[in-house]
Amino acid sequence: MSADPSIPPAALSGEVSLPEKLADVEPVRSVRTPIRLEYDFIPGSASSGYLNAFADRKILGQQSPVDGAVFVPPRGVDPRHGAATPDYVELPDTGHVGGFCVTRLPIPGRDDLEIPYVSAWIHLDGADIGFLGLVAGIDTSEVRMGMRVRAVWKPDDELGCTAENILYWEPTGEPDIPVTAAGTNAWHAKQAAAGEPG
Amino acid sequence: MAERTAVLGVGQTKYQTTRGDVSLPGLVREAAYRALEDAELGWDDIDAVVVGKAPDFFEGVMQPELFLAEALGAVGKPLLRVHTAGSVGGSTAVVAASLVQAGIHRRVLTLGFEKQSESNATWALSLPQPFSVSINAGAGGYFSPIIRQYMARTNAPELIGCMVAFKDRQHALRNQYAHLQQQDLTFDQVVESPMLWEPIRFSETCPSSDGACALVLGDEAAGDAASKPVAWIHGAALRSEANNFPGRDEVNPQASRDCADDVFAQAGITDRRAEIDEVEIYVPFSWYEPMWLESLGFCEIGDGWKLVEEGATHLDGGDLPVNCSGGVLSSNPIGASGMIRFAEAALQVRGMAGDHQVDGARKAFGHAYGGGAQYYAMWIVGSDKPTS
Repeated sequence: MSADPSIPPAALSGEVSLPEKLADVEPVRSVRTPIRLEYDFIPGSASSGYLNAFADRKILGQQSPVDGAVFVPPRGVDPRHGAATPDYVELPDTGHVGGFCVTRLPIPGRDDLEIPYVSAWIHLDGADIGFLGLVAGIDTSEVRMGMRVRAVWKPDDELGCTAENILYWEPTGEPDIPVTAAGTNAWHAKQAAAGEPG
Repeated sequence: MAERTAVLGVGQTKYQTTRGDVSLPGLVREAAYRALEDAELGWDDIDAVVVGKAPDFFEGVMQPELFLAEALGAVGKPLLRVHTAGSVGGSTAVVAASLVQAGIHRRVLTLGFEKQSESNATWALSLPQPFSVSINAGAGGYFSPIIRQYMARTNAPELIGCMVAFKDRQHALRNQYAHLQQQDLTFDQVVESPMLWEPIRFSETCPSSDGACALVLGDEAAGDAASKPVAWIHGAALRSEANNFPGRDEVNPQASRDCADDVFAQAGITDRRAEIDEVEIYVPFSWYEPMWLESLGFCEIGDGWKLVEEGATHLDGGDLPVNCSGGVLSSNPIGASGMIRFAEAALQVRGMAGDHQVDGARKAFGHAYGGGAQYYAMWIVGSDKPTS
């Protein structure tokens, strides 16, 4: 068996001798140096369209020119085909919960969140990928994949160019969609219904 | 035909919450020194250095490979940095191996590291992005919905994740480098530990560790000249995919399946479970053990949890021991975690894994994944030189 790994190799741990005047000073092992960086974010065309529309309570996606798949948030590209997605589509503020997580930890910068809270992939009606949202207005133990939800928006005078205009997503009370057609299964279910391979 | 390539030496630091006694250069030097010592080589024998670590904002030191060049003996030599998020330790080893396989260098030092005590990874993974809302609490928040999908698909018993976590913590007691050494931990304590990212419990989660892992790789002549056993590389592969696209299978991503098919084909392996003697897979959250066993083709889809339940993945009595080192669940210096999987696979086939050695291991599998389960790195190492 090799030597105790918690003891550094002798060749790397030579004695350090300090000048006499520092002999009684407590050695410094570490220093904390908080840093901050302020920057301007230039969103580019796809995100600009998306973020600007939020100020008017609109959610914009973009459509693949190859097979019509709708991406939200739009990033200007269909990653499957490497195709540019210049065309926006307006989406409703209703959809369903795909995958979700009941989080019991505080997260930095969101002291306003009551714990536990539910972060979920929200699959908007008419969109083919999910985007993140907070689910509230329901006990966390009752949230489920396929549950129908609608957006709860900030008041008009608080709207900005940000996805945070949507405070959270609440249940609509409509029947769930089947788990086999929810979340990332939705695309395959849609393709199967259209008679195309998913 | 690629140059045959061997792992000549492995060096690790002890993994622990805080290595307050060393700086970043001191930490990486320690692992590199031990790898050279194991390989019975000196700094001058190394032709190039390949370094990997997780994103720079984890420690707030940008391009740390530049200021670590001296500590790694890389001054005046080619120095390459690899970035692939949490899989980086594995990708870095594959890139380093490719430099030898391509005949560009004869001996390469490769190293992965993280000093999580000088950072806050959950914060670093929860950076606000202008086009998204800020509600994802680190990696657990991201992977929890995927684990929930796996549980729904397979109807696996609820405590499978706890079984994996308990097994890996038991394995860690037999690895003197492992961070978590929970002698008195019971299975009930794992089950009763608090939910953090439901369905992920505290005890089903990896720790935050400081540490570094290094490998010395050599060409066929260097492998033949070594006086200690070496680990021959039988296959090495990388794949990636986008993290959000219509119909993406997040539980069993195509990039994972493609990478596995490639690496097993390179190694000429047809019966994966029978021909591999030890598996080191990247399991930061317990449920990823059964999920990856399925994706990697060690069993049928939907059967991964059964291997866990049967004890097939336990070092004592299992036919497919998984993470005998204790795995990522017991030590997680993120940038090194993938390379530790590759290194442990090499130690197993060299017969040098100490108390967590699988008797007679001849072929072992090393694996890493990262990002939103987007980046994959895998290798297969063997005691014998590959025939083709």
